[in-house]
Amino acid sequence: QVPVLQTNNGPGLTGLMTIAAHLVRQARKEQLLGSSAEEKAVVQQWLEYRVTRVNGGSSKEDTRTVLKDLNMHLEDKVYLAGNIFTLADILMYYGLHHIMVDLTVQEKEKYLNVSRWFNHIQHYPGVRQHLSDVIFIKNRLYTNAH
Amino acid sequence: MRLRVPPGAPAALKVLAAAGAAPEPVRPHLGGPEEGPRSLRSPPRAPGLELELDNGTVLFSANAICQYFYLCRGEEPTDLTTQWLEWEATELQPAVAAALYLRLVQGRAGPEAIAVLQHLLAHLEQHLTRSGTTHLAGDSVSVADVVVWGSLFPVLQDETSLPSELQVLRSWFRAMSQWEPCRDAAALLPEALRELRTHLAQHPPPLLAPRHEPQDEESPERMLTDDDIAAAVDIWARGPAALPPPRQPRTPVLPVEGERNVLITSALPYVNNVPHLGNIIGCVLSADTFARYCRLRGWNTLFVCGTDEYGTATETRALEEGLSPQELCDRYHALHADIYSWFLISFDHFGRTTTPQQTRIAQDIFQRLLARGFLLQDTLEQLRCESCRRYLADRFVEGTCPFCGYAEARGDQCEKCGKLINAVELKNPQCKLCRGTPVVTPTQHLFLDLPKLEGRLEAWLERSWAAGDWTANARHITRTWLRDGLKPRCITRDLTWGTPVPLDGFRDKVFYVWFDAPIGYLSITANYTDQWERWWKNPQQVELYNFMAKDNVPFHSVVFPCSLLGAEDNYTLVNHLIATEYLNYEDGKFSKSRGVGVFGDMAKDTGIPADVWRFYLLYLRPEGQDSAFSWADLLLKNNSELLNNLGNFINRAGMFVCKFFAGVVPDMVLTAEDQRLLARVTLEMRQYHQLMEKVRIRDALRCVLSISRHGNQYIQVNEPWKRIKGDEKDRQRAGTVTGVAVNVAAALAALLQPFVPGVSAAIQGQLRIPPERFGLGPGLTCTLPAGHRVGTVSPLFQKLEPEQVEALRQRFGGGQAKQTPPASAPTPAPNTAAAPGDPKLIQELTEQVAKQGNLVRQLKAAQVEKAQVDTQVAKLLELKQQLALAEGRSPEVPKGKRKK
Repeated sequence: QVPVLQTNNGPGLTGLMTIAAHLVRQARKEQLLGSSAEEKAVVQQWLEYRVTRVNGGSSKEDTRTVLKDLNMHLEDKVYLAGNIFTLADILMYYGLHHIMVDLTVQEKEKYLNVSRWFNHIQHYPGVRQHLSDVIFIKNRLYTNAH
Repeated sequence: MRLRVPPGAPAALKVLAAAGAAPEPVRPHLGGPEEGPRSLRSPPRAPGLELELDNGTVLFSANAICQYFYLCRGEEPTDLTTQWLEWEATELQPAVAAALYLRLVQGRAGPEAIAVLQHLLAHLEQHLTRSGTTHLAGDSVSVADVVVWGSLFPVLQDETSLPSELQVLRSWFRAMSQWEPCRDAAALLPEALRELRTHLAQHPPPLLAPRHEPQDEESPERMLTDDDIAAAVDIWARGPAALPPPRQPRTPVLPVEGERNVLITSALPYVNNVPHLGNIIGCVLSADTFARYCRLRGWNTLFVCGTDEYGTATETRALEEGLSPQELCDRYHALHADIYSWFLISFDHFGRTTTPQQTRIAQDIFQRLLARGFLLQDTLEQLRCESCRRYLADRFVEGTCPFCGYAEARGDQCEKCGKLINAVELKNPQCKLCRGTPVVTPTQHLFLDLPKLEGRLEAWLERSWAAGDWTANARHITRTWLRDGLKPRCITRDLTWGTPVPLDGFRDKVFYVWFDAPIGYLSITANYTDQWERWWKNPQQVELYNFMAKDNVPFHSVVFPCSLLGAEDNYTLVNHLIATEYLNYEDGKFSKSRGVGVFGDMAKDTGIPADVWRFYLLYLRPEGQDSAFSWADLLLKNNSELLNNLGNFINRAGMFVCKFFAGVVPDMVLTAEDQRLLARVTLEMRQYHQLMEKVRIRDALRCVLSISRHGNQYIQVNEPWKRIKGDEKDRQRAGTVTGVAVNVAAALAALLQPFVPGVSAAIQGQLRIPPERFGLGPGLTCTLPAGHRVGTVSPLFQKLEPEQVEALRQRFGGGQAKQTPPASAPTPAPNTAAAPGDPKLIQELTEQVAKQGNLVRQLKAAQVEKAQVDTQVAKLLELKQQLALAEGRSPEVPKGKRKK
């Protein structure tokens, strides 16, 4: 279940976050890992969150907690790391896709900030790839929801 | 930059060590996030280890914090350090948590805890050996070393606790522990470990922690060993001697020295809510099943319950219905008692909370708490209506919502915007009764000082959890409460319908229901026997089981135990807290106001027997997760499990005795195949006992069903109906198979008794099982020996037809609410005898409604006399109502008549 990257030199790399960061550096897109120390630490934090909390076999309860956490975090942010698009957004998008696909319209409204962020990321050039487009409704239906 | 390190944060060590390595010293705040202004944006995650950066960013991941300190030193992450950090977060941390849990909470020895980490330590050793470096990512200390060391140190503490073959890891660990920043951080360890222990005890056990649960019943059928078979044959041969001696029922049931004394309570249903199926399975039915099981095991068992009658809701309802609260309670108490007796609930006593005993015991506990200094006084601001001369409960106030401006917001919540409201914040508040303007008045109240009792509570919980069976949700909810910290809780209310507060200055107040209601268990027992204290002040001899739905857990695990602990009167506290999750109805919730779902008083009108309801509800029992009632599934389970599996087997076994052996159990000569069946059934029975003892009722029912499946298979393979026509040997074989099968049926009668007592009694009657040979043995035993004469055998269950169930589904989907008020508003309904959903009737009524509608419009247009119009309008409404009923919808009731 844990991905392994066999490279030509060295013993290979293990782990989603390690491999993704390695490939980003290889592709010379270091800005995806953050520029300042603060940004780098924040990206690291959300990558860790992605591999420890957003994994395939999590329970409904866990999923709810994750959505709640993220919804709160994204309340005043465009991207996970604030105002810059990073690897954390990409990996989180891939981790959440199967969850977002199954959300009802009402749940999408409940996690409004996550929905807004997710919709933004899936339309970010080159991110979505083979995954299906998740539909979000522009107008809110459940204005009474609390 | 602010670093907050609350006590007991498991990741404290690595963060402190990394902070020590930072270029500019960081002063950590030890002591928790409460001290500083906590950023609202950081996820609310206990225990709140976090680093707030100067630009306001908050890091809550310990590894990211460590990484940040190293970034500040100018050390960029490499593939290798990232890999170690990821490995530490995904592999090492969960294992360390499990090891610490074993060591600190469960008190296991060091090596046992370290064994959990074995493969991870081996991985570290291997890496260090292969890379040939002194540290994890090179020859100097990197963030990877700090993070891994910080995780391992609380478990290992000293490199000598590492297995001696891990030489390289040992020297790395020693070097790290001696490195100054780590050494300084480790100096805090003894204190930190103590805190950590508290922290762990208040959180759910880590997933990897080994749990001692009975073998997973989902696992493929286990192979029978020779020992299994020998043991089963032995039990079989012991006959009725293998059963516990039948208990002579005594009244009143009292604890007996040297026996197992089981006291069972079911959460007290609130008197004016008619219980729905979810309430019934949540407490009374689960408790009843367990109580019946205990009695069958021969344990000395007392099962009490009753209606919870005091409080605002009763007062309001009584006002609405124009009754006194006592009259209202009398009426509803009888309704509850009827429902439970229909469901065959075997209370030893079903009482109520409005009794003099309740007043006496509640006031005694109160006085003891007061005398011991566990009560506080404080002032609350409340709305008071001077013209009604009373303080208004939240739901008695209406006004303008302070958030959205909705004019008819209630004092507790605005129905428009859904926000919770503090009643005193309402604009233009109005008394709901007299429409006068209430004023904010300060009033004195008494509070139970929970923080002062927290220490005793935790010590008690630790003991109760170690020895008792608390469901996972009960432990979890309790932990959450403790983690969030206990606050004083108000125990008085400005009401009249309640237990009066016996203290000057508070004489016009009563106890708040949550303080009062659980005392109902004691007072109800006191109304059953004047020796109630032998149950309730006797923790040495009595084992107490509380059954409830999960929303009731905090009152039984935290609040009520605090009252009893503070009263210092040797009270019996709960040993096993059994909480269910929720039962939903079809795909939604039960709702009395919308008329969705089946309520206790309607179940008997469905024509489905009580035992079928009991079976299906127990089959669905929301153990571990929510479950949903579904009509289609009810039909399926009735027809497949009850009729085709259980009913079929028991009926066939009995019929063979009657038809082939003239009603007399034949001689049995056991072959190896029969012995295998005995062993199979005995194994299932053992599993059944293990599960029932842990109150995993639903899973135990699965065992019963698999026994009858084994039985059916056994009959099917051996075909006694063919062999009976064969030669002597074949006939003997037919006799053996029939005899064994009918004994399995007799065992099923006992196993089923806790679940479906009516069916069990029917089997006992049909097979004429004498009372002294009816009981739950450790395995299958021969209770109906050769020569036993059975009675008349007849089918136990009836098939449910899809049309019948579909009609019920329509009826209960959301249309029955208005049919329940007994005979109020006489409705002349000539045509309602037809089954709902009859298309002909619907069409007829639709036409009539249209015709009558036209007539009304014409009359109104012609401006005829008002009285004449009104008669025709009334007729129209009546027709519409009939139509709605025929369509299975909730009829629209004219405004003004509507009840809450």
